[in-house]
Amino acid sequence: MTLTTATAQGGDWPCIRTVGFDGILISFADRLSEPANRAALAFRAAVERESWSGVAESSTSLVSCFVRFDPLGLPHAEMQSKLATLLSARDWYGADMPEGRRLWRIPTVYGSDLAPQLGEAAQAAGLSEADAVRSLSTTKVRVQTIGFAPGQPYLGELPDCWDIPRQQALTARIPEGALTVAIRQMVLFSVSTPTGWRHVGQTAIRLFRPESDAPFVLRPGDEVLFPVVGRDAYENLAASGPDGGATCEAIR
Amino acid sequence: MRRALLIRRAGPGMTVQDRGRPGYLVEGLSRGGAADPLALSEGAALLRQSPDLAAIEMAGAGGDFLAEEDIRIALTGAEMRATLDGATLVWNASHLVAAGSVLSIGAARSGTYGYLHIGGGVATPKRMGSRAAHLSAGLGAPLAAGDRIRAGNDPAAEVGRGLTPLPRFGGGQVRVLPSLQTDLFPQEVLERFQQTDFHRDHRGNRMGMRMNSDGPGFLVEGALSVLSEVIVPGDIQITGDGVPFVLMAECQTTGGYPRIGTVLPCDLPRVAQALPGAVLRFRFITLEEAMRVETRARAEEAALRKQVKPLIRDPRDIPDLLSYQLISGMIAGNEDM
Repeated sequence: MTLTTATAQGGDWPCIRTVGFDGILISFADRLSEPANRAALAFRAAVERESWSGVAESSTSLVSCFVRFDPLGLPHAEMQSKLATLLSARDWYGADMPEGRRLWRIPTVYGSDLAPQLGEAAQAAGLSEADAVRSLSTTKVRVQTIGFAPGQPYLGELPDCWDIPRQQALTARIPEGALTVAIRQMVLFSVSTPTGWRHVGQTAIRLFRPESDAPFVLRPGDEVLFPVVGRDAYENLAASGPDGGATCEAIR
Repeated sequence: MRRALLIRRAGPGMTVQDRGRPGYLVEGLSRGGAADPLALSEGAALLRQSPDLAAIEMAGAGGDFLAEEDIRIALTGAEMRATLDGATLVWNASHLVAAGSVLSIGAARSGTYGYLHIGGGVATPKRMGSRAAHLSAGLGAPLAAGDRIRAGNDPAAEVGRGLTPLPRFGGGQVRVLPSLQTDLFPQEVLERFQQTDFHRDHRGNRMGMRMNSDGPGFLVEGALSVLSEVIVPGDIQITGDGVPFVLMAECQTTGGYPRIGTVLPCDLPRVAQALPGAVLRFRFITLEEAMRVETRARAEEAALRKQVKPLIRDPRDIPDLLSYQLISGMIAGNEDM
């Protein structure tokens, strides 16, 4: 048995690895950083522009670009060589953010019966609940990637004190619109699902709208603020439509 | 005139499925689609229509369907008890359901996912390019009693054909490729993983299937600090308690648990169709071997149409047997009668 197919080329970044039979992953780091995140987004955009025949689709994760292709039409060696050539075309870590970025303000109820883990998350971060809310509601975070569930953002980066682990046991079910924290990131849930992230806030935004012409609301590179809203005001926002009171404006 | 099947009774796991929604991975939406795509190809071969048409997937059990007009059907995947107005129907075959007849599909006898295909395909409205229900994403819903399933235009008339399904029921060997985090696992763990008999947990679904085994789990050091990375169907994720989960068509698109390997696409139907009692064994192969295996599998799938043959009817199943002219043609007179 050989495991060479999945092994990094060299030991340096970026590296190209296979994912299953028909996937290939171009990773720009082994940990999250802004340059690696920008590199992954820009590289994926370049792969899309190439429109190679045999490529089925591409996507990004936090620091990687994923390409699904048909190895029976486009052999692995050829796919790898195309990607290596594209990789050497420029310094991807120096790439700009995607175009058309927006700043979102999404009203959020912190704590209360709606978001029961604010207390334990604040404690894990070494903050009072009030300081935790101040920190979470005033830190502008960026959509680093969309993943796990449709339209669901990973957001970052929070201050150092939020480098708290995911909980050991899973929360059986977290509601749509839940704002959660772990490892200096936030996830804003687009579906109801089990999770190991701590539920600190609740929003009324629907991030996946399959009936709409624009089913996915957020895009990588968008910035988001989660301002505090009261429990009563929240109920009105929740009844006001899929935006749940969220607003957005173009960045620059 | 619109041909349709009216659902009179629905099992709990009945959904419309096709080949899913490629292209939305970047938006966090997995492709989804039939848990056993091979069954879609077999149904298409039996009805001589496109394998891209949608069918009804039945997890564990089917339901009762009333035909509003004459309608061609084919039954594939996990074999289920099927009758037409009370008369037994052959599985892995095409049949005519006449207007007013009731097709009744019961519990699975082998495998998990059975498929009911209809001539012209299931013609429910497409959402985001596909008719497939993706329940974890909130797209579509399980089929229920009272639903009316419209059929697309069906130019063909041929029925009474059968095929021998490609083998994938009853467990067996599942071929696996190394994946992103395979190197995190010590050689000893990888060896033990390949020597272990696994049984699918009875709670498996379209998102993933837990693989139970005796003995210690397959947990590795440092596994819980892995950066969230892309997930593909077939990935074998090792969760916090060391138990492997094979991720299926409707899996999430990223995940933070380490993956020990990835099941080959052509072997994933074997995992999907394994019953909890069946033994599954995983075996790592090289990418070169995987190329040969997948090439062969695709050729077999493409050759299904040539394999379709007229059903040989069991005389006991012919209700009007006496009206047939049974003795005809020449006899030589020396037959041993």
